[in-house]
Amino acid sequence: MNLRDLVASAHKSGDYSELIAQIPYAKKIGVECERFGDDVIFRLPANKLNIGNPLLPAIHGGVIGGFMELSASLYLLMFQDVPKLPKIVDFSIDYLRAGYFQDTFVECELTRQGKRVANVSIYAWQKTRTEPITTARAHFLIPET
Amino acid sequence: MNNSIEEVVDQGLTSRAQRFIDELAHCVDIGLSVSKVDEKGGTTLHLPYNPELVGNTETGVMHGGAITTLMDTASGTSVICSLKDFEICPTLDLRIDYLKAAEPNQPVHGFAECYRISRNVVFTRGYAYQNDPDNPIAYCVGTFMRLGTEFTPDYFRKRVLQGDYQ
Repeated sequence: MNLRDLVASAHKSGDYSELIAQIPYAKKIGVECERFGDDVIFRLPANKLNIGNPLLPAIHGGVIGGFMELSASLYLLMFQDVPKLPKIVDFSIDYLRAGYFQDTFVECELTRQGKRVANVSIYAWQKTRTEPITTARAHFLIPET
Repeated sequence: MNNSIEEVVDQGLTSRAQRFIDELAHCVDIGLSVSKVDEKGGTTLHLPYNPELVGNTETGVMHGGAITTLMDTASGTSVICSLKDFEICPTLDLRIDYLKAAEPNQPVHGFAECYRISRNVVFTRGYAYQNDPDNPIAYCVGTFMRLGTEFTPDYFRKRVLQGDYQ
């Protein structure tokens, strides 16, 4: 099954695990995804192997960045009808609070979709949505159909 | 106990950097290692090719997230190696420009250096490359917040500065 068919069947069943299983890096860090109406929330369950600060302990900033970048590309795949995973052009992340060793959630927002490039804003939180641990934005090249 | 800075530098910044990275579970898990730290604290890390880190199975190229981890760690380690005493310095922000796709089945190297150290903030820049440092696959700039030595537990500071310190 190609990615587009996988997205369609995931939308139907509400189970995105098979889609995510296509991406080794997503499996490696443990990304999950859940649909709420027209919204989708990505979850990164607490995983000892993702720790990058042994003192707090806290999740590695690179893992949080990778989780956000991956969520944004999955978001485009799921809602913008692109045939394959879009290529990342640039990624910029602000670390606002410590990302403690606990479940982390991510939500994406399409800021601007052009013909060739999409700009996505990405928010990550742990305790409550109103207290983001990181915000990021990314540009992706939209693959040609 | 008195550990003069000179003693610590004598042990080599490269091993200081490796001790630091060995404390970070995720870096150990993906096999990050220190290739070199120059006398100014410029740090080169080595990320071995790993099928588990692939973002697109069609191409076999490692995911950008792995590059983010490599560059965040290279930048943070460069900060650790550029400051005289050990200070925890969390990342404030990081920007990565992906210049071209990486080649599959090859390691990625990440170089980062501090180009300005101020009282509160350290500014870093670097790049990721495979075969040729003059032909990078990604550029990276970052800022790191200095928390000061008093925020770093003594046992951790000693473990990083001197591996065999008892």
